[in-house]
Amino acid sequence: MSTILEVEKPLLELEGKIRELREVTLTGQVDLSAEIKQLERKARLLKASIYENLSGWDRVQIARHAQRPTTIDYLENIFTDFTELHGDRLLGDDPAVVAGLARIEGQSCVVFGHQKGKETKENLARNFGMPNPEGFRKACRLMRMAERFGLPIVSFIDTPGAYPGIVAEERGQFEAIASSIMLMTGIKVPIVTVVIGEGGSGGALGIAVGDRVLMLENSVYSVISPEGCATILWRDVSKAKQAANSLGLTSEILKELGLIDEILPEPLGGAHRDCEETFQTVKKAITKNLHDLSRQACDQLIESRYQKYRTMGRFREASNSEI
Amino acid sequence: MASFLDKLKKQGPKVARPKNKVLSVQQSEANWTKCQSCSAVLRKKALEETLGVCPECQHHHKITAWQRLEMLSDKNSFEEWDRNLLSEDPLGFGKEYLEKLSKDRTKTDLTDAVLTGRCTLEGREMAVGIMDFRFRGGSMGSVVGEKISRLLERAVESRLPSVVVTSSGGARMQEGMLSLMQMARTSAAVRRVNEAGLPYITILTDPTTAGVAASFASLGDVVLAEPKAIIGFSGARVIEQTIRQKLPPGFQTSEFYLEKGFIDRVVPRDEMRDTLARTLALLCGGYLDEEKGKERK
Repeated sequence: MSTILEVEKPLLELEGKIRELREVTLTGQVDLSAEIKQLERKARLLKASIYENLSGWDRVQIARHAQRPTTIDYLENIFTDFTELHGDRLLGDDPAVVAGLARIEGQSCVVFGHQKGKETKENLARNFGMPNPEGFRKACRLMRMAERFGLPIVSFIDTPGAYPGIVAEERGQFEAIASSIMLMTGIKVPIVTVVIGEGGSGGALGIAVGDRVLMLENSVYSVISPEGCATILWRDVSKAKQAANSLGLTSEILKELGLIDEILPEPLGGAHRDCEETFQTVKKAITKNLHDLSRQACDQLIESRYQKYRTMGRFREASNSEI
Repeated sequence: MASFLDKLKKQGPKVARPKNKVLSVQQSEANWTKCQSCSAVLRKKALEETLGVCPECQHHHKITAWQRLEMLSDKNSFEEWDRNLLSEDPLGFGKEYLEKLSKDRTKTDLTDAVLTGRCTLEGREMAVGIMDFRFRGGSMGSVVGEKISRLLERAVESRLPSVVVTSSGGARMQEGMLSLMQMARTSAAVRRVNEAGLPYITILTDPTTAGVAASFASLGDVVLAEPKAIIGFSGARVIEQTIRQKLPPGFQTSEFYLEKGFIDRVVPRDEMRDTLARTLALLCGGYLDEEKGKERK
């Protein structure tokens, strides 16, 4: 996958030109500092305008970026004592979902999330972050444990979707997702979910029901992949770009529709441009939300979670004469 | 109970033999149809009387929510709920989508892809939801989610058992993430029914896939399915593209999932009413005085 976005190209060209002029100035033959200043100003404006106007499709590219931090990066950089736990106790262990125990600012909690690989070999081992039923069932097992010990839950979302394979279907992918969703709606400890990359449909939602759903600015969350949508609606996969822009999958639109709670800002150009800054933002947001939620009584927590999802939807109540 | 089956037994299956009849084109189009599975030529009326089951090959054709209601409830016992909830176009997909919605409303006499309400079955009151594939492929948007949620909440309030018949290709894409969230919303409502200790039975019919399969459809205390219904999370085409091979015959059918342990029973349409009534009665508990055939609490 290309690491440079189409929209970034003019900016990179400009930055290259500035570098060249600087080199010439350094040799001391001519003073180009006035020109450099002017170009730098132009670059700043261009940068702001590019990243302010990213389309849905641009966001999809950033969210899928090969260098974007993954679940394990967050577990290792913002948590301490991360201790991975394996297996669903029924059939196996799904490498597309990492799970375990960890601390954040001293608070111990249960953590799990989809895990993509950074290069081909790791991606194959992780099945590109696409869970089998065992992944959802491992998460369920850990959620029940969290409830038993009163530990809050933090989940990370980064998947193209649940794995569409023969064996996955045979082992009841649909049942695994449904059960995990239902479990999360009633688990009696606080749940904070962070969408860090791609939120691919049911495979994402399966571990993404929370009291607080946070979303990194350039991550995407969608009912269907843009490619899938284009294929179904227009029978043409090349219309994925158009689909991405119609599906309303950006953090801003989802916030406006009331489907997520908070947008976490990213460094200009995406999380991978400054991982450390991203980690700090995510750490602060998780800590703050866990703290807020810990003050709620258990019954109230479950009731608010129910009401939060209960009100998600857009429809019209027509008068009787109309129907 | 005078079900369509009794009628059928008396009259015998009406298999069409149009060969010797002379019919005008118009008449033949109006009166005859072909089985989608074995291509047998059938009288439309006959197929209606068997509720869409081919008398030749037992193929279960899709039927309307209204036909299904008639099959699973006592006559004149149905009271519809929330008919006035209408889908909007929240992401601005455009006029074409709105026109399709309005066409489907006319075609189905439904206001969205699910019909909900209360009725009795063999005298027992229940909350019922029936999806209709003719309405945007039974896709689940905000209205389907809202109606299913309200249905289950009312079942809890009135302490009724609930029955939901599914037929859906999944989420309604034109509502984007609003439709995905209906999976969480309906599943949360099922959990409340579970906690209230009330029976919730689902009947999976052809097809029940993706978002609906992965939420309220598979969460029944008892999950029944019609023969050869396609059930699953991912569509066959997507799986074939991913693994680059053809799927084995019978993959993702009710019989397949019965064998894999994800549904309780495969029930032919002509036995569904009896099976449902009996299962509900058993789940609702109580004591049946077999001599008097009467139930005591």
